[in-house]
Amino acid sequence: MKPADPNTLIVNGRRLRLTARDRRKSLLTFLREDLDLTGAKRGCGIGVCGACTVLADGRPLRACRTRVANVLGRSLTTIEGLAAPDGGLNPLQQAFIDNGAIQCGYCTPGMVLTAHAFLLKHPQPTRVEARRAIAANLCRCTGYQQVIDAIMAAASCCRKKE
Amino acid sequence: MDELKEKAWRNDAAAKVTGRTRFTDDIKLPGLLHAVPVYSDFVHARLVDIDTAAAAKSRGVVRVITARDVPGNNRCGQILKDIHVLADDKIRYHGDVAAVVVAETRAQAIAAARRVRVRAEPLPEILDPEAALAPGAALVHEERGTNLIHRHVIRKGDAIGGFAESAHIVEQEFRTPFVEHAYLEPEAALCRVRDDGVVEVRGSMQHPYSTRRFVAEFLGLPLARVEIVGTPMGGGFGGKDDTAAIVCARTALAALLTGRPVKMTYEREWSMRESYKRHPYRLRYRMGVGADGLIRAVECRIVADGGAYCSTSPWVTWRSTVQCCGPYVVPHVDGEVLSVYTNHVFTGAMRGFGSPQVNFAVEQLVEIAAEKAGLSGVEFRRRNMVRQGSTTVTGQVLEGHAVSMSEVFERVLAECGYETKLRRSSQGRGEDDYYGIGLAMSYRGVSLGAEGTDVCAAVVSVQFDGSVLLEAGIHENGQGAESAMILLLAEELGVDRSRIVYRRPSTSAVPDSGTTVASRATIMGGGAVSRAAASIRLQMAGAVATDLGCRPEEVCFSGGRLTAPGGRDVGFAEAAQRLYRDQKYPYALGVFQAPHVDWKESCGQGRAYFTWVYGCQAVELTVGRRSGRIRLLNAWAAHDVGRAVNRAALLGQFYGGMAMGAGYGLFEEVAMSGGRLRSLNYDTYRIPRSTDMPDMTAIVLENRDPLSPSGAKSIGEPANELMAPAIANAYYHATGRRRFELPIGGEK
Repeated sequence: MKPADPNTLIVNGRRLRLTARDRRKSLLTFLREDLDLTGAKRGCGIGVCGACTVLADGRPLRACRTRVANVLGRSLTTIEGLAAPDGGLNPLQQAFIDNGAIQCGYCTPGMVLTAHAFLLKHPQPTRVEARRAIAANLCRCTGYQQVIDAIMAAASCCRKKE
Repeated sequence: MDELKEKAWRNDAAAKVTGRTRFTDDIKLPGLLHAVPVYSDFVHARLVDIDTAAAAKSRGVVRVITARDVPGNNRCGQILKDIHVLADDKIRYHGDVAAVVVAETRAQAIAAARRVRVRAEPLPEILDPEAALAPGAALVHEERGTNLIHRHVIRKGDAIGGFAESAHIVEQEFRTPFVEHAYLEPEAALCRVRDDGVVEVRGSMQHPYSTRRFVAEFLGLPLARVEIVGTPMGGGFGGKDDTAAIVCARTALAALLTGRPVKMTYEREWSMRESYKRHPYRLRYRMGVGADGLIRAVECRIVADGGAYCSTSPWVTWRSTVQCCGPYVVPHVDGEVLSVYTNHVFTGAMRGFGSPQVNFAVEQLVEIAAEKAGLSGVEFRRRNMVRQGSTTVTGQVLEGHAVSMSEVFERVLAECGYETKLRRSSQGRGEDDYYGIGLAMSYRGVSLGAEGTDVCAAVVSVQFDGSVLLEAGIHENGQGAESAMILLLAEELGVDRSRIVYRRPSTSAVPDSGTTVASRATIMGGGAVSRAAASIRLQMAGAVATDLGCRPEEVCFSGGRLTAPGGRDVGFAEAAQRLYRDQKYPYALGVFQAPHVDWKESCGQGRAYFTWVYGCQAVELTVGRRSGRIRLLNAWAAHDVGRAVNRAALLGQFYGGMAMGAGYGLFEEVAMSGGRLRSLNYDTYRIPRSTDMPDMTAIVLENRDPLSPSGAKSIGEPANELMAPAIANAYYHATGRRRFELPIGGEK
């Protein structure tokens, strides 16, 4: 990895220059209020529920418990950056839709990003592994079953493409 | 995934999975101000003074609002107007709001809120509902003269005689805790005063019409001057009614007083502290069983902690009253269900609405009684369950729909291999971890029943090009209500669902349709949609029948065309255009009024609900011999839903309901100490994680209901009310020990 550039942050492929004030902010506030990337949600503010999950260099991160200063020079992906530039959905996003994994949708961005990061590392998971992968993302609507269905479907769909 | 499996569909899924959906806090407006609530640390106290001077002078503060600034009525409530929207005479619970601070930024508002000083004289704290009823007890609301909110009774037959002829009598007390809805999105509101003088309110709420009433009355405005605009909501589960509406009312006042748009978004801690919970119940039951294994009599006394305000306590406890004996035929019943004021956080609607508490007790009680009568729980249930034509404990004859109690019960038994697994259950024996299976079943009255007005409206407007706008008085809580109504309308009009746009409803456009609770969205909203569609079909068929050479009622709507019996047809859009050219609009207001119900409050008898749903759930678990840790291995649910409208969404209700029910059974409990909540966030209030849940099996039964225009009934709450008693029964079959208090996870 390149040494962290103290003044920049890459968000969804776009390099941003940061002021000293930006660096002191909570990452979640910066994303939601300054960049209007409101896909990451504030559910608990203490890093427990996972609704604020974004990816930093492909790894899930709790934006509510992170300062902008702690992710300088890193490449962040928010839910807004997961689809292809032409708007085409990522196979996992499509699988969430096709498997009924979405209800109120408040946990969905964090859930999708957590599952996406998991599938990058474990392209052929078992159902038990998929269940464990989302253990730190709370959902009050779905009972998780169709979320796990979606992760397994996305994994199997990507295998077929290979 | 099974290639042949039908793909799920929701109208809002693509926006939600890409982060484009804008929940209330995601919306920004130019010139936006931020508001936050101010709490005191009192639990019960007489207010002396709220000193806002220091806060008002704080950096960025635009206004500090107290009860003195309220132009309308500071009291609100759906049944009793006993909620003080801003504290004005007393603090009645730890979540009462004394003031609202409005500032340029949220951080400034939060900083200033700490500088508001609330001075008050502490009063005796009333924390035990039974003590609250004792003569001479301090009163939460002095003007009521009592702490009793409401008392329901149920009297059927002759309970004394019923016990006298019983061969076996069992008696047991059960307790259930305060439970948090734990919707992922905390309360939020965004309000502005528009240039037409209308106060526009967006917010996270599931009852736009009561929100409108609360806001209008609080501001002293007519209903027509307040418009609630439907906004995506991050979960409700019954919990986004009163508190959500109050948050909207305070925010609207801030917008009115400052002349600028104002947003108020709750922190999780504020949400948990202030918002109402599921009622804790203390339930005392006595059941008498004849030598033939038939239940003769039930006596029960149930006391619910209503907390500081009435909210929907009389309705919640009414459902408990009607369903107090579970889905069993009981000839003699004597019961009372009380709700009582205390200085605890107030309690109200939560998914289940008075049934989860009762089911936890009754579904254990019948097994205790069965054991005493020398019968298995299965046999006992078979002998006593309601069947077609049975009379309920409120004297209602179950007819006019398929009474499928036995069908769902037998399906679950077969599907999970219940009796074999029951024989394998440890009953506290063996060297390994304990293993057990358990089940519970219920019937449930659909929609509001004799609680009150039960009517819903939908507007369907076919456009000139054949596209269709649909708007209904049902709120999208996240459950997929909009999608269900689109699918029903597409079917009724014989058009592809892609033609239909669900317009987010506004309270100014659709007549008051009540609240999206009581699992009534599909049956009531769907009913209204069916009625509107019937009218549209009549209009469109009337316009083209002559050309098609048939009578209007013979026209078939299918495949985007209107077809006569002879085969002549015309496109849907063309038929719409014909109407427009005739200077008529293909437009309809559909209204569905719930069929007749009646109720005699003095004896608790009547036709309580116009139809019923039937469900049964089972669970298999292990209990750690040393750790006491409960691990769920498998879970099954069978529910008769009338008709599956959107299968994937339906299954989502099964699974989500079972998970929430499992949380209730295993570990959910709002910890309290001296009237103050100790559980204020997800670190101290645990809801089920993915790893707490097993793979679940959903069994969908579809006996179309003749009283529902769409044939569909309910699933949201039925799915949620059985897992806790099923776990309790499985725990008993595993360990040989009964648990009479929720939650039962782990040893206490």
